[in-house]
Amino acid sequence: MKQSVIIIGGGIAGMEAAASLARMGIEVTIVEKENALGGHLLQWDRLFPDRKRSDEVLEYLKKEMDSSISVETGCSVKEISRENGNFRIILDNEKILNGNALLLATGYDLFNARKKEEYGYGIYENVITSAELEGFLRKNPQPGLMKGFQVKRIGIIHCVGSRDEKVGNLYCSKLCCITAVKQAIEIREILPDVEVFCFYMDLRMFDRHFEEMYYEAQKKWGVHFIRGRLSEADENPDHTLILKVEDTLTGLPLKMTVDALILMVGMTPSAGTKKLADMAGALSGEDGFLMPSDEHLQPNETTVPGLFLTGAVKGPVSVGNTLADARAAALKIYEYFSRMAG
Amino acid sequence: MKDFGYTINPDRQINYDQNSKEPVYWLETMEPSVNICISCGGCTATCSARQFTDFNIRKVHTLMMRGETHSLKKEIKKCMLCGKCQTVCPRGVNLRNLILSIHKILEFNNL
Ligand code: SF4
Ligand code: SF4
Ligand code: SF4
Repeated sequence: MKQSVIIIGGGIAGMEAAASLARMGIEVTIVEKENALGGHLLQWDRLFPDRKRSDEVLEYLKKEMDSSISVETGCSVKEISRENGNFRIILDNEKILNGNALLLATGYDLFNARKKEEYGYGIYENVITSAELEGFLRKNPQPGLMKGFQVKRIGIIHCVGSRDEKVGNLYCSKLCCITAVKQAIEIREILPDVEVFCFYMDLRMFDRHFEEMYYEAQKKWGVHFIRGRLSEADENPDHTLILKVEDTLTGLPLKMTVDALILMVGMTPSAGTKKLADMAGALSGEDGFLMPSDEHLQPNETTVPGLFLTGAVKGPVSVGNTLADARAAALKIYEYFSRMAG
Repeated sequence: MKDFGYTINPDRQINYDQNSKEPVYWLETMEPSVNICISCGGCTATCSARQFTDFNIRKVHTLMMRGETHSLKKEIKKCMLCGKCQTVCPRGVNLRNLILSIHKILEFNNL
C-alpha cells in the first residue's frame, strides 16, 4: 500500500517537501489556512542576495508540484490524534485526513510592529515595515517615478521585535540585516537622490555573498550605517520623523529627521504553531519555535515517531535554506517509511 | 643634559593588565546584569541627564568594566536616577541598580 504524509503549512517549505515526497511515490496532502499556497513569498518582491524575483521561486515550486498532491486550502486543523503510529487529523470543515506521517511546516509570522510603540508604527503616517516596502516594490515602481515626491532621507531600523527582552524575543531573526541592505539598495535605485541610513546594533551578514552585498551598498549605492539602537521616534507636524539614537561610535547622542522610517520586523513563531505542537506532541524551545530531536544530527525528526518538522517553524531561515531543509525532511520521511516496511 | 624641548605625553591607552579588577568584581557581584549589555546606546539616547550634560551612561559602564575608574566619580553624579534608560534597554540591564552600585564602589574604594 502507498504510504501517505500530511503536511500542515503550504508555504515554500510545505510545497518543496510535497514535491520531493511525491517524486518518491508517496501520497501527499497539504493543509493550508490561506486560500493559496506560497505563504509569505506571495507578498515579497525580491530575494537577497541575488535579487531573484519571489514569483520566480513560486512559479518553480508550483510547476514541481505534481497533480497527485492533494491540497486543502482555506482550512485549519482542529484536532490531531495518533493511533497505531498513524496520524488522524480533523479539519475545521469536519473533513478527516489520515496519514502515516505528519510534517509540520507552519512557518513564521512577522513581528507585530505595533508592540514597539515608541517607534510609532500604526500611529505615525510615515512609519512602515519591511514587508510593506516589499509590497510597494512588487508594484514595480520605475526610477524617476517619484519625481516631485518630497523625500530626502529614509531611515531603516534594524532589530525591530528581535534581540529585545522588552518584547520577549531575545533571539536574532537572522535575515533582517541582509533584508535592510537589499532594501536600502532598492530605495537608492528608485530614488537616487534620497539618503538612506541604516541604524543597527550589529550587522549579521552570515551567508555567502551577504558581506559583498553590504560592501556594494556602501561602495556603489552610498548607503550609510550608524551603530545605535533607536530609542524613540517622534512625529513632526509635517509628518516627518525625528529619530533619537546614540551614535555609539562617536559616543554622542544623535538627532536626525527622516521623511520615512522602515522597520525591519523580525520573525516570530506563527500563531497556530503552539497549539498544533501541543496536539501533535512536538516540543517548543524557549523562543517558541519548535525543537527537532537534535539540532545537528536530526534536524527534521522529533521525539514522536512519524512526526517531522521543516522550515521556519524551527526558527528564522532563508528561502534557499528552507528549500534545502524541506528536501532533507522528505528524505527523512522516506527513510522512516523504509524502516517501517523493512 | 641638553633640553630638546620634548615632553612625555601621558599614556592614553587602557592598561588592562595594570587596572584593578576589584571594581569589576564588586560590580558583577552587586549587579550581575552588567555583563549582558550589548553597547547599543539605547540608554544614552534616551537619558535625561544626557540632554543637558555630556554624561554618557553606556560609556561610564564600559569604562568601569575595563577598570578605568578615574574620572567616573564626577561623571556618575550627573545621573538623576530617573530610570528612563532602563525602560528602553533591549537586554534588560538593571541600570538603576548598576548606577547605584558603581556609585557605592567608587565611594567605598575612594576611587
Ligand atoms: S539579522 Fe540583524 S536586524 Fe535582524 S535581528 Fe539579527 S541583528 Fe537584528
Ligand atoms: S537613570 Fe541616570 S542614566 Fe538613566 S536615564 Fe536617568 S539620568 Fe540617564
Ligand atoms: S540600553 Fe542596555 S544594552 Fe544598550 S547600551 Fe544601554 S545598558 Fe547596554
